[in-house]
Amino acid sequence: MDWILLLEQCLNGLQLGILLFLLAAGLTLVFGIMDLVNLAHGSLYMMGAYFATTFAGWTDSFLLGALLALPAALLLGILVEVVALRTLYSRDHLDQVLATFGLILFFNELARIVWGPAGLDLPLPAFLETSVELLPGVPYPAYRIAIIVVGLVVAGGLYALVSHTRVGMLIRAGASNREMAGALGVDIQLLYTLVFGLGTVLAALAGLMAAPILTVQTGMGETILILAFVVIVIGGIGSIRGAFVAAVLIGLIDTVGRAFLADLLRLFLANQTAETAGPAMSSMLIYILMAAILAIRPQGLFPPRGR
Amino acid sequence: MRIPVGTAVAAGSIVALAIVPPITEALREPFYLGLCLRLMILAIAAISLNLILGFGNMVSFGHAAYMGIGAYVVGIGAFHAVEDGIDWLANGFLHVPLAIAASSLAALVIGAISIRTRGVYFIMITLAFGQMLYFVGVGLEVYGADDGLSLYMRSDFGDVLDINDNTRFYYLVLALLLATLYGTKRLVASRFGLVIRGARSNERRLAAIGIPVYRYKLVAFTVAGAICGVAGVLLANRTDFVSPDMMHWTRSGDLIIMVVLGGMGTLFGPLYGAAVLVLVEEFLSGVTEHWQIVFGPLLVLVAVYARGGIAGALRALERRRG
Repeated sequence: MDWILLLEQCLNGLQLGILLFLLAAGLTLVFGIMDLVNLAHGSLYMMGAYFATTFAGWTDSFLLGALLALPAALLLGILVEVVALRTLYSRDHLDQVLATFGLILFFNELARIVWGPAGLDLPLPAFLETSVELLPGVPYPAYRIAIIVVGLVVAGGLYALVSHTRVGMLIRAGASNREMAGALGVDIQLLYTLVFGLGTVLAALAGLMAAPILTVQTGMGETILILAFVVIVIGGIGSIRGAFVAAVLIGLIDTVGRAFLADLLRLFLANQTAETAGPAMSSMLIYILMAAILAIRPQGLFPPRGR
Repeated sequence: MRIPVGTAVAAGSIVALAIVPPITEALREPFYLGLCLRLMILAIAAISLNLILGFGNMVSFGHAAYMGIGAYVVGIGAFHAVEDGIDWLANGFLHVPLAIAASSLAALVIGAISIRTRGVYFIMITLAFGQMLYFVGVGLEVYGADDGLSLYMRSDFGDVLDINDNTRFYYLVLALLLATLYGTKRLVASRFGLVIRGARSNERRLAAIGIPVYRYKLVAFTVAGAICGVAGVLLANRTDFVSPDMMHWTRSGDLIIMVVLGGMGTLFGPLYGAAVLVLVEEFLSGVTEHWQIVFGPLLVLVAVYARGGIAGALRALERRRG
């Protein structure tokens, strides 16, 4: 076993987990509080990446591009909520699936029209393109460390926001009993719009941070969306803490499995077969885990209290 | 005698489907024959989904997986028949029972675990199982993995039902579509169907009067998987191609959209939904390459305003006519 590789892969897994958490946090808030199944959340992630790429191109600066992309995403999220989704909160989940599936088609096509069918690259600034020595002789890309740090800071901020501020209190109140909160004078509609906007910003942040590692292209949201759904279901819908634990878990399993399962399979299978089956099996591992958790604990690992 | 709008439209669409082959032949447009063939096959799959989704309120988000299983039975059979010269593996009378066995077994296992969960968790666990099967397909190195498998020969149903002839294939599928519709009608009206529909409205009450709801739901889930497996056999033969993409979650999403768009829990709804989806895609993509920018918002509008789908709209029309 190559311990240095394992360490690197664990860090990569943590980094994927952080991205998943940013995506899942918004999803689980929207799902848990508004009871809205938002399949289009992945599209918002994609739009974040496209916004950042465009703004970075205009300003010639990665950081400025990222900083401009976030308010743009907030506006987009509010627009989507007001125009398309507001009427769907009280509806059947199926209506929501239909509408947000329609939004996916819309955003993918929009991106294809505006930015073209080819993938885009978001180049990193020089100061992030270096690597840090984790241990003597073990370099690790600084950018990936930056993702982990930013993600952890945002996770901490989110926790503080939800459990220690007035807005967070209103969010929790809206989640546990929307009529009662409304009767006490809380503007539920405004609150929901804000929560959706917050979720969009988090998704866009994940998208723009993933952009330099991946290619910015249409459909980039769909693959990660399903992983994010797996995360919130495993973590317990509506629970930010659950989302965090599950996201890191899924990130680690996916990345480490991808790196080592092929090697493990090579012990039993022909080289080429193991090469193909390894990644497929590690992707399956996630769904097996999810099915097992749901079969044993149908409410997820950390179901929110009071419901 | 006045014929209800719904009945007229249903009968009209069946007649329209029946006269497609002579028309496309006269116009020398075999493309549209293939299009309607695909429409009917997807309709069979959507009807099978409607059985559990529309009548039983089990929102399975992994239904395309059973279609993939059926398709892979054909694909793998044809692959070995061509590569290794094992002729009997291309026999359609083997493919169909095998596909039914494989897809209903998968549905039985998936259902047995999934039906224990409720609501959104049910949606997500079926999605997870669907994705699992999708990745099985991706991992099948011998059968083309990601790239899929081209079919060099279609299922062999003997001379009478030679499906290499697209017109004969078309009428075979039409007959199967009618059989599926009739079977669904009978099933839903039966005592079994009554329990399934009852489970949609109040499961606890059913359990209280001594009905083992879980077992009924599981049987319905398995039957739906089996029918969808047959649709997979047909689809593989129609496209002469099998790939994991047939099992991707977006394909399951397409099936759900057909059911919801057409009208959940109605007999003909899934057929209308499949027709609209296939035809709209065809004609909008003829108008503009970016047809999805129109179709996406259209789906949002349907979700927001047109509850009950197309079948619901027809019923409303009938009521207005008085």
